[in-house]
Amino acid sequence: MIRFENVSKVYARGARPALDSISMEVERGEFVFLVGASGSGKSTFLRLVLREERPSEGKVFVAGKDMTTLSAWKVPQMRRQIGAVFQDFRLLPNKSVYENVAFALQVIGKPRHHIMTTVPDVLEMVGLAGKEKRRPHELSGGEQQRVAIARAFVNRPPILLCDEPTGNLDPTTSLGIMRLLDRINRTGTTVVMATHDDEIVDQMRKRVVELSAGAMVRDQSRGVYGSAR
Amino acid sequence: MRAQFILSEIGIGLRRNLSMTISVILVTFVSLTFVGSAALLQLQISQMKDDWYGKVEVSVFLCAAGSQKPTCADGEVTDAQKAAIQAELDSPDVKPYIQKVYYESKQQAFVSFQKMFADQWWASSITVDDMNSSFRIKLTDPAKYQVVADVLTGRQGIDEVQDQRKIFDSLFLVLNRATMLSAGLAAVMLLAAVLLITTTIRLSAMSRRRETGIMRLVGASNLFIQLPFMLEGAIAATLGAALAVGGLWLGVRYLVIDWLSSSVTSINFITERQVWLVAPFIVGAAILLAAISSLVTLRRYTKV
Repeated sequence: MIRFENVSKVYARGARPALDSISMEVERGEFVFLVGASGSGKSTFLRLVLREERPSEGKVFVAGKDMTTLSAWKVPQMRRQIGAVFQDFRLLPNKSVYENVAFALQVIGKPRHHIMTTVPDVLEMVGLAGKEKRRPHELSGGEQQRVAIARAFVNRPPILLCDEPTGNLDPTTSLGIMRLLDRINRTGTTVVMATHDDEIVDQMRKRVVELSAGAMVRDQSRGVYGSAR
Repeated sequence: MRAQFILSEIGIGLRRNLSMTISVILVTFVSLTFVGSAALLQLQISQMKDDWYGKVEVSVFLCAAGSQKPTCADGEVTDAQKAAIQAELDSPDVKPYIQKVYYESKQQAFVSFQKMFADQWWASSITVDDMNSSFRIKLTDPAKYQVVADVLTGRQGIDEVQDQRKIFDSLFLVLNRATMLSAGLAAVMLLAAVLLITTTIRLSAMSRRRETGIMRLVGASNLFIQLPFMLEGAIAATLGAALAVGGLWLGVRYLVIDWLSSSVTSINFITERQVWLVAPFIVGAAILLAAISSLVTLRRYTKV
């Protein structure tokens, strides 16, 4: 589903590469933790998948498409295949929960009847039924992240990228979010999650890829967070 | 769905930056009013040229008794000199340029002079002998005046060759200068308008960075992201253009038609028709203005 071939990314000329010759593959339906200290290249990895950046060297394939040669006007179409969730939720403060999720469908031109049936479904799935009319500031952090996940997943993308989705949440709330991501993963969605949260990684027992200073130092199925703390 | 969504986005954008929107409307209004005034002045000039150049003649004033010119050394023009001039006008070199020639005698000149200045106290002191007899030449093409003038100037018996178009030259000079002034002001104002629209779009894009960021993330197309901003600029500019057309219409209606036309009857002034002639270009200019500004701005602010 996602394949990196000798991918390097250098942001500034002469600086230490953010990613250094990474080769790895994520299969369809897999759940992968991306762990490592701050600055180890986790976010760069996700940005390359989203094609917010292009690799300095090597090739990135997403859903069989070469992201390095993909022309700019095809990028939006490609991004509809990828959901993304962030630590800071990125919700629109002046829109309700329902509108926030519907927004993702409106801006890719989905018809109204499709939106009206899909959005309540996905809100129910993330456990926000009955809170459609709330504004983001009226919700707890965990609930806000559920809205963000609903927005990322409402278009049923085959890939879900999560950049420290539990970074702002307490352990109990984080656990709820992880259960939700696990459920999404079980529908066949490939999930790649960058995280610092060792408890979660140890508990979930999924594949763990560890980055350190831009290099891949570990790729372990059913792994734990490990020593690199 | 799409159209409705884009329209609501535009509404939000225009309202959120209301003061900027109003300033864009006003600046395009003022600048395009200058553009329109320049265009209308030029239309007025060409209309006057059409009207007057058809009527004007080349006057060949012949020597009168008191003429001081060297060509008039023999005193009042003789019949032989007149015949020579007439022959020259009939020569194949000059003939094709001339539509009609008629001779005005001193007596005829005196009569029409007295008629024209009947109310003036000084007119009565002018006698028949003060008048010049003249050939009045109507040219096939008024612009070819020089050909005739070159042939006749310096001939014995001719006091002066006068192109009546010269009379209008100073008026046209004033009007052309006014056009240039108007166009110059328009250029400065247009520059201000472009910069202002650019800034407005930029502000609008910045204030909706969150939205556009999410749009990009979920895979909205570039056009979809940029269209509301472009249309915002275009709508504001078009409103400004509409105001400019309205302003010009009012100006022509009340200043030119009602006021100038009634006080200066000898000139055929422009009417509302000319305003409608200019209007599409003004609106076109507004849209072009907005398009240039958005292209410049959005390339930077809403990149994939």
